[in-house]
Amino acid sequence: MLSSSLYLRRRVKNVIALGLSSVATLIGLVFLAWILWETLRQGIGAINWNLFSKISVYRENGGLANAMVGSLILDLLGIAIATPIGVLAGTWLAEYANRTRLGESIRFLNDILLSAPSIVLGLFVYTIVVLPTTALTHGDTTFSGLAGGIALALIALPVIVRTTDEMLRLVPSTLREAALSLGIPQWKLTMQILMRGARSGIITGVLLALARISGETAPLLFTAFGNNFLTFNPMDKMPSLPQAIYEYTKDPDPAINAIAWAGAFVITMFVLALSLLSRLILSRNKVSHD
Amino acid sequence: MQANEAASAPFSTQEVRARRDARDDRLFGWLLKGCALLVLASLLGAAGATLWGGRDAFAHFGLGFLTSSEWNPSDDVYGALVPVFGTLITSFIALLVAVPISFGIALYLSEVAPPWLRTPVSSAIELLAGIPSIIYGMWGLFVFAPFFADHVKPWLTNYLGNQPDDGKVSWVAAHVPFIGRMFGNDNPFGGSVLTAGIVLAIMIIPFISSVMREVFQTVPTRLKESAYALGSSTWEVVWDIVLPYTRSAVIGGIFLGLGRALGETMAVTFIIGNKMKLSPSLLDPGASIASTIANQFGEAAGLQKSALMALAFLLFVVTFIVLMIARLMLRRLAHKEGR
Repeated sequence: MLSSSLYLRRRVKNVIALGLSSVATLIGLVFLAWILWETLRQGIGAINWNLFSKISVYRENGGLANAMVGSLILDLLGIAIATPIGVLAGTWLAEYANRTRLGESIRFLNDILLSAPSIVLGLFVYTIVVLPTTALTHGDTTFSGLAGGIALALIALPVIVRTTDEMLRLVPSTLREAALSLGIPQWKLTMQILMRGARSGIITGVLLALARISGETAPLLFTAFGNNFLTFNPMDKMPSLPQAIYEYTKDPDPAINAIAWAGAFVITMFVLALSLLSRLILSRNKVSHD
Repeated sequence: MQANEAASAPFSTQEVRARRDARDDRLFGWLLKGCALLVLASLLGAAGATLWGGRDAFAHFGLGFLTSSEWNPSDDVYGALVPVFGTLITSFIALLVAVPISFGIALYLSEVAPPWLRTPVSSAIELLAGIPSIIYGMWGLFVFAPFFADHVKPWLTNYLGNQPDDGKVSWVAAHVPFIGRMFGNDNPFGGSVLTAGIVLAIMIIPFISSVMREVFQTVPTRLKESAYALGSSTWEVVWDIVLPYTRSAVIGGIFLGLGRALGETMAVTFIIGNKMKLSPSLLDPGASIASTIANQFGEAAGLQKSALMALAFLLFVVTFIVLMIARLMLRRLAHKEGR
């Protein structure tokens, strides 16, 4: 009888534990649904044409056009700076420094940079870009889109480095050996053969980085600073969608809060579409590798 | 055609070409290395810039900067204790909530769920990681905090707090030390240290659960099957075989989540209430390092700006250490795997 009660106890414990794990998953899914639902509900209700055609919310029927243009410029600037540096750095890690001490340390530090607090990176860029430009131009140029782009590049950089590194290491070494045995110099091998093999993976990394930076607010607060007007000049203070959302959310006027929700909806859809797209590319790539 | 050319060309041209290739290779190597060193430079630079920016505050307040809870711009006196405490307590709450849930999710996805359900559910959980933090902030401020204030907080103050609405202090509050003060307050808003911690928890769940799930899958099947063959239940296999085998990586995943929680800015700034006052109650508003910087840096000058930079330096050093531990722990399992 003792053994059967022990057996029962173990079975009950098992059922409870597995049941709780299902509950935990349900909790996670409920929060996801709750957040997406609210963004959808409050966002779609506030979407109208003015949002995309008018600038600055503080006028009658204002919109987010300046913030969207600003975000586009800042994100492209960030990606344009981070992609070449990130791809080359990732290539170095995979092809030149694999298993060397310096290579291993940089790979390690890159992983840390990946989750470093973005607001500190913003203050770093404030120190190395905003303060010097302020001093050099005697205060004519202070905060700028360029500074914002550099701050975003710092966030995108580790994502790109990591995916490039991982994707290049997936390329079979027989390819390298075959090319080298033909007498091709290593740089040509890297740029023309290995990059081609890892291309879709690297593009995925860039898309993921874009998804990551397009929702970032903290590093832009003290670099791009925000602007109530439309600007295309990267040396000007530049508005961005996340920062506009931040400011309009703090506003006591519910009509302005609604515009923030619309912006939140736009940004969430953009980010989710990007991550779906990159996942699609990645899964197609995986199938072809197998 | 190129091969023909090379074969018919005199020896010296070949040599010239070989030299050129060698030179190009060297230049290319340096270029790549330079880019990789930029990663190192940005980390060092971030630490250096904030330390440099915070030098006045460190010199002016010395070690007292860490222990003083006074933050008073009108008297130009700054102490880091309130934001440091706020950062630690919100992150701690986040871990307390997120770790069991993430473990449950990882367990569900690796052992419980039917195979056809695994991919969609895990993609959905990973979607949580993709949502920008500003969205969490808005949702927390407009949706979750009011919900919490209406439905959860009254329950907490009445059953756990020392200042319940009906004046009758519950048994728990009267007998368990600190509980009463932790849940006692008269703050009518939902925004508080506790709600900030809960929202942080939702944000870090996908990070922790995906690490856990990934490492659970590295456990050799023969280990698990031997345990099943001896008559273990699924739970016993997970608790006695899978967890011990993956312990270091699981801790690494938890620290990874902690690193995220410590540095999270926008969501916390919206929800925590931003009050520079030390309070034992989790239902009171507070401030974190990141929220203090986000709120005050724009208008700060002089010593206040320096104090904020000093805070950023502290945050950077602490997250760096936490993330370093995380990566080292994760690496341990990878080494065991022979990767």
